[in-house]
Amino acid sequence: MHYLFEPGLLASGPVRTAFLIGAIVAITSGVIGVFTVTRGQSFAGHSLADIATTGGAGAFLVGLNQFWGFLAAGVAAAGLMEAIGVQRRRGRDVATGVVLGAALGAAALFLYLGTLRTATTGASFTILFGSIFVISPDTVPALVASGVVAVLAVAVLARVLLLTSLSPDLARARGVNVRLVGAVYLMALAVSVSLAAVAIGAVLSTALLIGPAATALRLTKSPLRAMATSAIIGLAVTWLGTVLAYDSYYWPPHGHGWPVSFFVVALVLIGYLLTYTRKPRRLAPRSPHEGAECSPA
Amino acid sequence: MFSGVMMNTWTAATIVAVIAGMTGFFAVLRGETFAAHAIPNGAFAGAAGAALLGINVIWGLAVFAVGGALGIGALGRKARHDVVTALTLVLMLGLGALFVSVNSQYAQQTYSLLFGEVFGVSRGEVLPIAGLGLAALAAIGLAFRPLMITSALPEVADARGVSTRKTGLYFLIVMALATSMTVPVVGALLMFSLMIGPAAAARSVTARPGAALALSIAIALASVWLSIALSYRTNWPLGFFVGITGAAFYLLGQAARAFERHRAS
Repeated sequence: MHYLFEPGLLASGPVRTAFLIGAIVAITSGVIGVFTVTRGQSFAGHSLADIATTGGAGAFLVGLNQFWGFLAAGVAAAGLMEAIGVQRRRGRDVATGVVLGAALGAAALFLYLGTLRTATTGASFTILFGSIFVISPDTVPALVASGVVAVLAVAVLARVLLLTSLSPDLARARGVNVRLVGAVYLMALAVSVSLAAVAIGAVLSTALLIGPAATALRLTKSPLRAMATSAIIGLAVTWLGTVLAYDSYYWPPHGHGWPVSFFVVALVLIGYLLTYTRKPRRLAPRSPHEGAECSPA
Repeated sequence: MFSGVMMNTWTAATIVAVIAGMTGFFAVLRGETFAAHAIPNGAFAGAAGAALLGINVIWGLAVFAVGGALGIGALGRKARHDVVTALTLVLMLGLGALFVSVNSQYAQQTYSLLFGEVFGVSRGEVLPIAGLGLAALAAIGLAFRPLMITSALPEVADARGVSTRKTGLYFLIVMALATSMTVPVVGALLMFSLMIGPAAAARSVTARPGAALALSIAIALASVWLSIALSYRTNWPLGFFVGITGAAFYLLGQAARAFERHRAS
């Protein structure tokens, strides 16, 4: 045990905050990610993280609290995507791409204006990768609250959301407003992703949203069990990744640790690839052309 | 605005716009928007890795671009395409984070890799870009018919004996190489804006593939020329104007289509 948990690990304040925030983000992303993967909206999930960081840069520029910048940009982008998005999957990806392209342009401007004011050369790097060890404890209540709101919204909608994800036509026939459900879901996704992006960076946000959920969905077909499994996997990889990153201060090259994002991404991928060693249970053989466009939603 | 140094910028940007308009058209047509974002973005890790090893960044970019394309293409057949793309992207970025943390000097260069340095292009850099542009044109031109058929009518392609899978992988690798190698000059994010906006705009104006391809390249050119002029005048970053004009052209295209439909009905 002593080899895995270096002495002084749990006594360190930043590490405890990292564990707490990591847990909130991992559980929120894990639960919401199951629907993201089922609905085939990984691109939107990743783009919202990138766009939210743009909002963070903008908030930094006007001197607002970064978290609100993240949240505002994420929610606004989700609204835009929904407004111009076509219901077909390809059209949706293009809508996501157009919004992302415009937002990245804005990011270039914000970063440029930011570097005019202050000499922050590493700013673009921090914005991409974030750092779980440098979160101020003051933001924790806001993080917890938005995480709870996003999970609650998805939990309340879970049944309808599942129906509209798997069979939009059936849902429509039953009188469900598919467009509205999709919009609410996208908003919940935006809140969850902005929360993750501000806490742990855009890269890890995508890794925790997609990886655990995709792994869980390969292990079980039951949505409830998938959500629970996904949250547990997310929690496990985040905590283990944080511990390993802390330990890596004692690894070569001496003097500075390896990044948390590397460890979490590596663990997420190992978990996902491990599911391939299981024989998949499948009722019907897949058609050879089952790809992005023709797989069932 | 057209002095000696700026001519390099105009030339490089024009070539890049042609590459982006062309590959972007097929990316949008084939629903590979996410891959178009993921591969150049993730390839930056290759540049960081090459800097760590002390070799030319071009090799790092090439290895990561092809690796990413193969990962997405090969694993994407077995599982959900978008999930595999997302996981490939985070793997590449995670490795990038590791490389940068080991060699921290590289963090400062992240900005230019993401947003490019179009205004700092030297004459020596224009020639490789021109070569790359020609190679991309040739690669797409050679496989033009199979690409069109598999993109628009996959069932017909199968009946004619054209492999959808091989063509898809071929396109992914060509797109990966063409877009990633230009990353040090135009930046990963700018390249993406230039690929999606013009192509999506062209597709909403015309349904004919040939016309849409030509229009996509034309809009990409217009977008990049306008952006350089605006960026030169205002001193604001080029990436901002490319992102905004791309989205504006898309909105114009959508408005034009809505107007056509309104008139037809």
